[in-house]
Amino acid sequence: MCGIVGLYLKNDALESKLGELFEPMLISMTDRGPDSAGFAIYGDEVGEGWLKLTLRHPDESFDWAGLTDQMATALQCSADWMNNANVAVLKIQADETSVREWLSTHYEDVLILSAGSSIEILKEVGLPENISSKFSLSGMKGTHIIGHTRMATESAVTMEGSHPFSTGSDLCLVHNGSLSNHNRLRENLKREGITFETENDSEVAAGYLTWRLNEGDTLKNALESALKDLDGFFTFTIGTKNGFAVMRDPIACKPAVLAETDDYVAMASEYQALASLPGIENAKVWEPEPATFYIWERH
Amino acid sequence: MNTFDLSTNTVTELNHALHAQKDKMTQAEWVVTNPKGSHNLAVGLDSELAVDIHGHAGYFCAGMNKTASITVHGNVGQGVAENMMSGVVRVKGDASQAAGATAHGGMLIVEGNAGARCGISMKGVDIVVKGNVGHMSCFMGQSGSLVVCGDAGEALGDSLYEVHIYVKGEVKSLGADCVQKEMREEHIAELTALLAKAGVEEDPASFKRYGSARELYTFKVDNASAY
Repeated sequence: MCGIVGLYLKNDALESKLGELFEPMLISMTDRGPDSAGFAIYGDEVGEGWLKLTLRHPDESFDWAGLTDQMATALQCSADWMNNANVAVLKIQADETSVREWLSTHYEDVLILSAGSSIEILKEVGLPENISSKFSLSGMKGTHIIGHTRMATESAVTMEGSHPFSTGSDLCLVHNGSLSNHNRLRENLKREGITFETENDSEVAAGYLTWRLNEGDTLKNALESALKDLDGFFTFTIGTKNGFAVMRDPIACKPAVLAETDDYVAMASEYQALASLPGIENAKVWEPEPATFYIWERH
Repeated sequence: MNTFDLSTNTVTELNHALHAQKDKMTQAEWVVTNPKGSHNLAVGLDSELAVDIHGHAGYFCAGMNKTASITVHGNVGQGVAENMMSGVVRVKGDASQAAGATAHGGMLIVEGNAGARCGISMKGVDIVVKGNVGHMSCFMGQSGSLVVCGDAGEALGDSLYEVHIYVKGEVKSLGADCVQKEMREEHIAELTALLAKAGVEEDPASFKRYGSARELYTFKVDNASAY
C-alpha cells in the first residue's frame, strides 16, 4: 500500500500557497505509507540555456558553495545554488550531459534527484510529517506538485527507492501498486539507453515514459503505450513541466479520487487527503475510470 | 436529534455512541458532520436509527448494517454497506468500488454512479443505482437484485448465481454465464416495487433483465475451457 497525492493550480494567485495547501494532503496519507515520503514541485523555472538540478548528499553540512564554484569554473559558465537540508537546488548555464559527466567524475557521492528547468524532487526515508518539516514544504511556491507516501512491498526501504522517480527532464512519477513485468522491461529500456538507479518497479514505469517521450511521443501517446506495455497494478500520477496526469490500470486495483474547482485540480488515493483543500465542499469529486488517463497541462 | 461533529470527536466515539443505542434507545435520529472522508463511519449498527452523514465518507461506510437507515449526503469510498444484513443505506453522491459487497439483505441506493464490482458476491441485498456501475458488477452474485438505471461496465454478472439484474442503459459486456433474459410480468412487478421503494422514477418497461444461464453452477467437463 502507498499513498499518492497531486495538486495542480489553475489559479495563479494560489502559487505562493502551493506548499501550504499540499502539506496536509501528504501528511494525511501517512496511514497508507509511513516508511518514506517525497514530493516533486514545479515552479521557479530557469531561463533558456539554464539547467536546474536537485542534488543530494548524505551530509547536511556538505560544501555546496565549493561544488558550485568548481563546476562553474570547470564548465566556464554561471551557476547559482540554494540548499535545503541535505539537498541543494543548483541552477547552471550548461548542458545536462556536461554537468552529469563532471559530477560523476568529481563528486561520486552526490546524487542527482531531478534535472530539468522547473522540477525539484525532495524525498527521504521517514514519516511524511518529518519529511515535510525537514524540507519546509509548507513555505514552498510553485504551479503544481505531486507526492508519495510509501509502504514498500517490492523493494527495500531506502531513500533511492522512495518516490517520486525522475528519469527524464522535468518528468517524474509516483506509483501506488506493483508492476509484474518490470525486470524484463528494465532490460529492454537499458538497451534503449535509459539508465536506472534502483531495482524498484516504479522507476521502470518512469523510465518507460521517458523513453516514449524521447522517441517523440506526446504525453497522451506515451500513456496509451504504457497501458499496453505495463503489466500489474497501478495508479500513477505523472508530473510534467506543464502539468500532471493520472492513470489507473484496467482493473482499477488501486484507489484514486479526483477533485476539480475553478482554482485547482487535485488527486489523491483517498478523499481524506483532499478534505483540507479550500472549496472542496463544492468541488466536482469523482473516481477516475480504469484504463483511462486524465491530463491537465498549461500551454 | 443528536448532532455528532467528527472534527471534535473520533470515529470510534461515533460508533460507540451509535452502538450504545441498542441497549437503550434514547435518541433515534443522528446527524454526523465533518466526516472528511473518514473510514468505517456508522458500521455495525443494530437498532432502528436514522443516521444522516453530511459530507463525503471513506471506506466501508455503513458496513454490516442491521435495521438502521443511513444516508450519506456526499460520496462514499470503497465497500459501502458491505455485508449489510437489513435496513437502508442511501448515498446521495457516487460510490466507489465494491458497493454492497457480500450484503445479505436490506436496500442500498446510490443516487450517483457506483464504481467497479458493485454488488460483488451479494447474497440477498437489493441495490438500486441511479447512474452507472463499473466493471465486474454483481460478480458471483448469489441472490437479491441489482437495478442499474444507467450503463453497466465490462463483464456484468460474471459467474452469476441467482441475482436478478435489471439494466436500463448499455451493458458493455456480459461476464461468463450471464445472459439477457425475457422480462416477464413478475419481473416488471418486482422492478416496479424496487424502484418505488428506492424512490427512483423510471419506467420499468425500459429495462432489460439479465440472469444466470446456470451453465457453470456445477462442473461439467464440456465447460472446462471456461474455468
